[in-house]
Amino acid sequence: MFEISLGHYLILSATIFTIGVVGIFLNRKNIIVILMSIELILLAVNINLVSFSIYMNDLVGQIFTLFILTVAAAEAAIGLAIIVIYYRNSGTIRVQEIDKLKG
Amino acid sequence: MIIHSIFFYIFSIIAVFSAIMVTVSRNTVHSVFFLILDFITISCLFIMIGAEFIGMIMLIVYVGAVAVLFLFVVMMLNVSKQKNEWLGNEKNSNHIPIGLLISGVIFFELIIVVGGWKYKPELLKSFSSIGIDTSTTNTHEIGKVLYTDYIHLFHLSGMVLLVAMIGAIVLTFRQREGIKRQSYFRQISRERNEAVELADPKNNEGVKIDV
Repeated sequence: MFEISLGHYLILSATIFTIGVVGIFLNRKNIIVILMSIELILLAVNINLVSFSIYMNDLVGQIFTLFILTVAAAEAAIGLAIIVIYYRNSGTIRVQEIDKLKG
Repeated sequence: MIIHSIFFYIFSIIAVFSAIMVTVSRNTVHSVFFLILDFITISCLFIMIGAEFIGMIMLIVYVGAVAVLFLFVVMMLNVSKQKNEWLGNEKNSNHIPIGLLISGVIFFELIIVVGGWKYKPELLKSFSSIGIDTSTTNTHEIGKVLYTDYIHLFHLSGMVLLVAMIGAIVLTFRQREGIKRQSYFRQISRERNEAVELADPKNNEGVKIDV
């Protein structure tokens, strides 16, 4: 209990990952919250990689975390740009009213 | 050691709480604030287990760039008017039980993986030859690996950022109509014979100017 092992970090990461997935599934708000949930999921992946890297004495996990960070930043920028032009065109970004594709 | 574990529990409780608050809070601005709190807490955890460089980079990139970008967009789009009902609307909430069920199954599977991985210790060994040298700093170590073995991936991630930047500019760029602006091409490509005209005015008549 008082010896923090790899399992603690993995459980924390699994919890945050699941919260992100729940945030995507149960969202009734605007799309920005969905993007934030995706950021949470990427954060959980980063926790996994860094904790494995530290506890297994292998530096590659931290390198991969840097690349995931890069991709997450690019994804947030593109996603927010898409949201901005969608809001400019249709005037709303609520999840319920985005039904142009009739899905 | 006990101090370390107490700090770990404090930070993880804050992280999980703020992650929950990101998804359930009614105001989107509050969601962004809790996202910032989550990033800061996780970077504290990273610094605590010895990945200082990743923790600091996470502070800079996530809190300094991504979260502020979210905050800009939230405040620019005026979404605070659109109040969020989370579970309120009944006619659109029939997907909530199946969503909760699937999320529970995902969490259960992740926990099973974490638990089951303990009983197969031969999976533990690492296949890479890049160990962590604790005699130098973490930043030094990452620099030695990142700029030698992973230099091509490093360049490729730079290209990803460049494409994202160009894409964001192209997506949000708007050419406004009806604004007078300078056209360098027309200015430079004007010839003398179409700009200057020799007139020979007669007395008391002046020159006719066509606009």
